[in-house]
Amino acid sequence: MSGPNTDYDPVEVTTLKPEEVEAARDAALAAIAAATTLDELKTVRTEHAGDRSPLALANREIGALPPQARKEAGQRVGQARGAVNQALAARQGELEAEHEARILVEEAVDVTLPTDELPLGGRHPLTTGAELIADIFVAMGWEVAEGPVIEAEWLNFDALNLGPDHPARTMQDTFWTEPADNHVVLRTHTSPVQARTMLTRGVSEGAPIYVVCPGRVFRTDEYDATHSPMFHQVEGLAIDEGISMAHLKGTLDHFASQMFGEGITTRFRPSYFPFTEPSAEVDLICFVCRGVDPESCRTCRGEGWIEWGGCGIVNPRVLQACGVDSERYSGFAFGMGIDRTLMFRHGLEDLRTLFEGDVRFTTAFGSEL
Amino acid sequence: MKAPVSWIRELVDLPESVTTEVLTDRLTALGLKLEAVDSADITGPLVIGRVLTQDKEPQKNGKVINWCTVDVGDANGTGEPQGIICGAHNFGPGDLVVVVLPGGVLPGGFEISARKTYGHVSAGMICSARELGIGEDHDGIIVLPPDAGEPGDDVLGLLGLDEEIIEFEINPDRAYALSLRGVAREAALGFNVPFADPAERELPAVDGKAWEVVVDDPVGCPVFAARLVSGFDPAAPTPEFIKRRVEQAGMRSISLAVDVTNYVMLELGQPIHGYDADKVAGALGVRRAREGERLTTLDGADRGLSAEDLVITDDSGPIGLAGVMGGATTEMSETTTRILVEAAHWDAVSMFRTGKRHKLTSEAGKRNERGVDPLLPGIAADRVVELLVEHGGATAEPGYTLVGAAPERPAITIATDLPARLSGIDITAMTTVENLRAIGATVTEQDADTIEVVPPTWRPDINDPYDLVEEVVRIVGYDQVPSVLPRRATGRGLTRTQRLRRRIGRTLAGAGLVEVVSFPFVGDATFDKLGLPADDPLRSTVGLANPLSSEEPAYTTTLLPGLLEASSRNIGRGAPGVALFETGTVAFPADNGPAPIYGVHTRPSEAELEKLVEALPVQPQHLAVVLAGERRRAGWWGAGADAGWTDALAVVRRLAADLGVTLEVASTARMPWHPGRCALISIDGVEVGHAGELHPSVCASYGLPARSAAVELDLDAMMAAATDVTPGPQFSTMPVAKEDVALVVDAAVSVAAVEAALREGAGDLLESIRLFDVYTGAQIGEGRKSLAFALRFRAPDRTLTEAETSAARDAAVARAAELIGAVQR
Repeated sequence: MSGPNTDYDPVEVTTLKPEEVEAARDAALAAIAAATTLDELKTVRTEHAGDRSPLALANREIGALPPQARKEAGQRVGQARGAVNQALAARQGELEAEHEARILVEEAVDVTLPTDELPLGGRHPLTTGAELIADIFVAMGWEVAEGPVIEAEWLNFDALNLGPDHPARTMQDTFWTEPADNHVVLRTHTSPVQARTMLTRGVSEGAPIYVVCPGRVFRTDEYDATHSPMFHQVEGLAIDEGISMAHLKGTLDHFASQMFGEGITTRFRPSYFPFTEPSAEVDLICFVCRGVDPESCRTCRGEGWIEWGGCGIVNPRVLQACGVDSERYSGFAFGMGIDRTLMFRHGLEDLRTLFEGDVRFTTAFGSEL
Repeated sequence: MKAPVSWIRELVDLPESVTTEVLTDRLTALGLKLEAVDSADITGPLVIGRVLTQDKEPQKNGKVINWCTVDVGDANGTGEPQGIICGAHNFGPGDLVVVVLPGGVLPGGFEISARKTYGHVSAGMICSARELGIGEDHDGIIVLPPDAGEPGDDVLGLLGLDEEIIEFEINPDRAYALSLRGVAREAALGFNVPFADPAERELPAVDGKAWEVVVDDPVGCPVFAARLVSGFDPAAPTPEFIKRRVEQAGMRSISLAVDVTNYVMLELGQPIHGYDADKVAGALGVRRAREGERLTTLDGADRGLSAEDLVITDDSGPIGLAGVMGGATTEMSETTTRILVEAAHWDAVSMFRTGKRHKLTSEAGKRNERGVDPLLPGIAADRVVELLVEHGGATAEPGYTLVGAAPERPAITIATDLPARLSGIDITAMTTVENLRAIGATVTEQDADTIEVVPPTWRPDINDPYDLVEEVVRIVGYDQVPSVLPRRATGRGLTRTQRLRRRIGRTLAGAGLVEVVSFPFVGDATFDKLGLPADDPLRSTVGLANPLSSEEPAYTTTLLPGLLEASSRNIGRGAPGVALFETGTVAFPADNGPAPIYGVHTRPSEAELEKLVEALPVQPQHLAVVLAGERRRAGWWGAGADAGWTDALAVVRRLAADLGVTLEVASTARMPWHPGRCALISIDGVEVGHAGELHPSVCASYGLPARSAAVELDLDAMMAAATDVTPGPQFSTMPVAKEDVALVVDAAVSVAAVEAALREGAGDLLESIRLFDVYTGAQIGEGRKSLAFALRFRAPDRTLTEAETSAARDAAVARAAELIGAVQR
């Protein structure tokens, strides 16, 4: 603290008596040990290790000692101060740890409190469902094709072998845009996207067509629990050399098992669609009862099978209208409702829940789909 | 198509082992899909009873009931007469009636037991047609003909109540299966058993003498057959089996003459019309109607005819809408004794158009528009004559008029391996030939690999090799198709747009927005609700010629109405707040004229395709957002916050940041937004949409909380501007120097303008700038505001000195002062 006291006063030297140094040390150590808070320890530090503390004062007096006494006194005081500082540091550490521990205890919260300040968002299952389907096909090397929802009549019907008087045109009751002789419709299926793909991309040996077309379609159905004027379809089209119904079956079996679980396969029944020949209805083995004991199954209602969609070999007339060499290439096509697929995948009772926009519906799905 | 199993079995000799279930499974596999199997919901004992005594007992309520004893043979186990109470009065002692004994169950699960009533124990019930579910007649009980059988005989069979009726869903290409002839043929095919074709008949020689017929339009009517019967007893009842079968098919039994024509149509598939010959004046003609001609059809409707309608005429003009429905003037009645029988083959397209034009669906029209076997007219007419003679006491008049002949069918050339190639099933040439012969085709072998096939007359749907393939494969069985994955797909993954759309959806969902899917139909009222001015471009829509609702006759130009409705619905259902988004198509008229219709035998040219696309409405993808009510929830942590204009802009900015798009934001006024709280969003000076608080009137009209906010953006434009490859960001790791400045400016000056000036003045050392406080008040003065900005400076290569930092800050402030008169506080 201060320089050596050359102007020493022999009377003061008595303070450096060993007992007194020890007493001061012991008093300090006792006070340190007795301190129970950091604030108390701070006071103790000032009293016993501060500038005015007995040991500090003693230390200051060492210089006043006769040289022969300095060393011993210096050692004695130094050891005492060292012991006190060590004890202070140790106690400081202890008390800090205690303090921190106490704060952590005091800061404990009820972790069951709600934390829903920010509401959940979520994408619609029709969107994520279509993406799931797209991903299944993209993983097989297919592409996803899209087209406009308001479509030319020729692409929606004629190019797909649905001539003006084809009875099937009444099977799909169509929204026509004004004026009615404009030949523009709200597309009744996503098949015009297939036509567009063939027309614009074409097919060649090196670039066969494998596309799925998910999208929104319209028919003049009254809105109820199982019908809607707007719904969603996914259609698939493969055009390549040597394509057969076996490839169609393989693709749909794969799709079914990816969508509904391992072991879920399809069956074909003869049917009729103008754009395919041969045509088939495709049924899905019921993914709930798996065809075992269907009598009590609410999903397939005793059938063991669920009607899933339509499919077939692309009618060569369609290939012709779309500029594909039907002698060289053959193709298959299929189509199913996304809404319907979701309805039975998730046991939805009412189609309208898809279009009401109730947030409780959409958020319930999380990102499962 | 409803077909009684017993009728099918009559035409095809099915083995006993073929149960109804086996039969329907096989037919479904062949393409006649099972819709339902109907059978009467009755459990016996249901027997014939002979009424022995009938005591009329007046009751206190004024009603008279009959206390009867009825002989039911041994059916009751005792042979003693059965005592039964009956309320009907249309019978007497000696009549044969239908008795259900205790233990029987009638339709609707109505269990019969002996019970005490009107002071007697009534042990069973005498049944009416309605109680048995076979008719509507409830006025009286069924009185059986005297020769119906003996007391105690089971009556289920007699009434056809033990019959199973199969209902098939018949696809448009299988019109032949709209007849028992067709269904039975399929059954024979399915089980490889002989088929007795009911159309095989010996016909009289054609002499044209039945009735004079003049066909002016042989394209519309290639074949016309006419026969005549006389001496018909109009009072003759329809035999039970005909009546039952007609009713089982879902048609009403009307009179013997009408029932017979319907019966033969069900049997063969050929629609037939019977005229009261005494009402027909002169020769029958077939021609197109003349514009302005009218006809009252059998359903009583007076119809204006079109020049495309095929009509049957006599000297008076049109007397029938050919192939679809007969006319009222020549209708058979209870006095008809001479019947002119017409069976004709009609052009299917013409039938379809006429049916559609007159909104007429009839059993005849349904068959004619799908295509009927052209060989049938003469055969069907002959069969009708036979039945009228047999059951109506009529005499067949000599003469058989047949105009025209079945058109020749061209042969189809097909490679014998085509079925194998297209199905993936190992189908031999022999199987191909056999199966084509099995469906009735004539097959001629051309060379080792090719055959020529003439389809059977009843299959107008078969015209192409692929049509033949379906026939071959369905007989082999679709269940034989193996499951093989194609291996050559070489796709390039999702497109840029598809990937971007997914990103956008995820970003918005991550921002707490819920996606909805709504209908795109709108009308004037929709736009009124949005408060759009009369000349707003959004009111110019693509109209629908046949909307579901006259209120919403157009395709939408904005996604907001659907979202606002959904928001309102959520709030109405008790949600404290909603944040919704939707992406979808909106449409604007292109006004480029009608879309062309091209042929289908060759691909349209590029120019033609372009014309097709140009005729379509412009259909951009939009994104819309509505934020209404509580956005941050109130809770134990404190107060919540309602959505407002800032939330709308926050969504837009978050999306832009996510896509790497730089947006410009400026004030604007546009409905349906609050005129002082609407931001115009642009990219590179091009408008892409709006965001802000909704106009109070719009909130009110949708019942949404005040200050609800909305966004609508052109998603195509946003996606086009999205960054594809983000350049690697460069940033300094040197210490940051922070400076805050508060500037007082005119209240009208935008933060963006002040910020831009500061940025410009601060120079390259400025790293970021952020407004952290806005203050207005007396201290600043009326019409002024104080904006506090935090500026962060950093050099790429060194620690900035205080002098450098303050120089940069001062330069920034000076620039703001110079450009917009900002005064540092």
